[in-house]
Amino acid sequence: MSADTIPITIELAGGLELLFDNEKKFNIDLPTKTKDGNAANINYLVDHLCVHHMKDTRRDMFEINGTVRAGILVLINDADWELEGEGEYELQPKDTILFVSTLHGG
Amino acid sequence: MHRCAICQNNRAQVIRPKNGQKICKNCFLEVFELEVHTTIVENNIFPSRGERVAIGASGGKDSTVLAATLKALNERYDYGVEFVLLSIDEGIHGYRDDSLETVKRNAIQYEMELCIVGYDALYGWTMDKVVEKVGRKGNCTYCGVFRRQALDRGAKRLNISHILTGHNADDIAETVLMNLLRGDLPRLGRCAEIMTASLTSPMRRSKPLKYAYEKEIVLYAHYRELDYFSTECVYSPEAFRGNARSLLKELEKIRPSSVLDIVRSGEQLVHNAVSPVKLGCEDPKRNWREERMGLVNGSQTLSDEPVNPKLLPKIVHKTRNDATYQITVRSVQQPIPSVKLKFFIFFA
Repeated sequence: MSADTIPITIELAGGLELLFDNEKKFNIDLPTKTKDGNAANINYLVDHLCVHHMKDTRRDMFEINGTVRAGILVLINDADWELEGEGEYELQPKDTILFVSTLHGG
Repeated sequence: MHRCAICQNNRAQVIRPKNGQKICKNCFLEVFELEVHTTIVENNIFPSRGERVAIGASGGKDSTVLAATLKALNERYDYGVEFVLLSIDEGIHGYRDDSLETVKRNAIQYEMELCIVGYDALYGWTMDKVVEKVGRKGNCTYCGVFRRQALDRGAKRLNISHILTGHNADDIAETVLMNLLRGDLPRLGRCAEIMTASLTSPMRRSKPLKYAYEKEIVLYAHYRELDYFSTECVYSPEAFRGNARSLLKELEKIRPSSVLDIVRSGEQLVHNAVSPVKLGCEDPKRNWREERMGLVNGSQTLSDEPVNPKLLPKIVHKTRNDATYQITVRSVQQPIPSVKLKFFIFFA
């Protein structure tokens, strides 16, 4: 493990896995810092996932205005991201981030 | 780390959208079930013991959470009712065939009888065939009307006269918004009711999850590790509901209580009853929607509901990117003045 990256686990559910080639769980090494030298936070992770891992072209199904689209629930280590500072939460090694879509389920 | 506001002990994992309370996973599961129980008791949803009740089950998150919660509550509080899962096969390849597999597993997991009725057998049409014929427009409208009747007929076949559906607070708030935007006042007055019995059908329908946020339902399914199906219907992205849904999600982000506020507003509109007669529908028993769909009286016309044109939404300002609608809601109870509502909408 390089010191320049943080190992984290990504989980996708509620239909979002379809945007990621049907992968429901995978590990990634996220750069510790953004291009501007800021600590990697959830918003940065969302962009990173769109650029490096999303297999679908419909980026707006996942990301809108630099953060996760309204209606997608984010759990940081099984806790609501609202408790952790939402998009500003700075990722820690071994974090598990779950994205669940709350799609209209007919 | 935040501590749970209820047990004061565990790590808080959930913020409740309706009041901002920070609570732990166990307290959340407990309080969620307790609130559904309260809804059931306060509205007398199960008036008689020994009744057989159908749960409209799609395999999606809402109906799965409904079945799981009701099974737990029926055992805990002894409602003395028997639940049957009733599923509709709309005939949508790559969507419903897969989700029905989930329902079959649910039937085993919750030890409930399962009955599946198909559009094909009932109407001689599948949704795939309907779409082939009419194209990708208004599909959900057809499907919705078909499903409503299919549920009735399925229940009748089971000798059941009470159907529960998994509609949640977000669904109802969306419907209130949609009916406002369409100026559909007769339906606006009904859509927020927890229990409905239509004039034309002896079937009772109830929504025990009416006050549960979609967010809470997803969290409940996640923490309980429920087995649910979560692919969006292949025909739904075109639906009008999508606009109301995006609007609601944005509102919720700004103020989480908005969802329940809209549900409560819908209920208030029922109290201020706008009767169909006052709106110009001379016969309240006529089922305008089904007539429009050509389902009753053999009529194939798509005549519009005769709503007073003054009550239709008026566009007061419109550009390429946004529009302001003005809707007049007229009260028939005299001391209450008519209300004008303004909506500002951005087109995505």
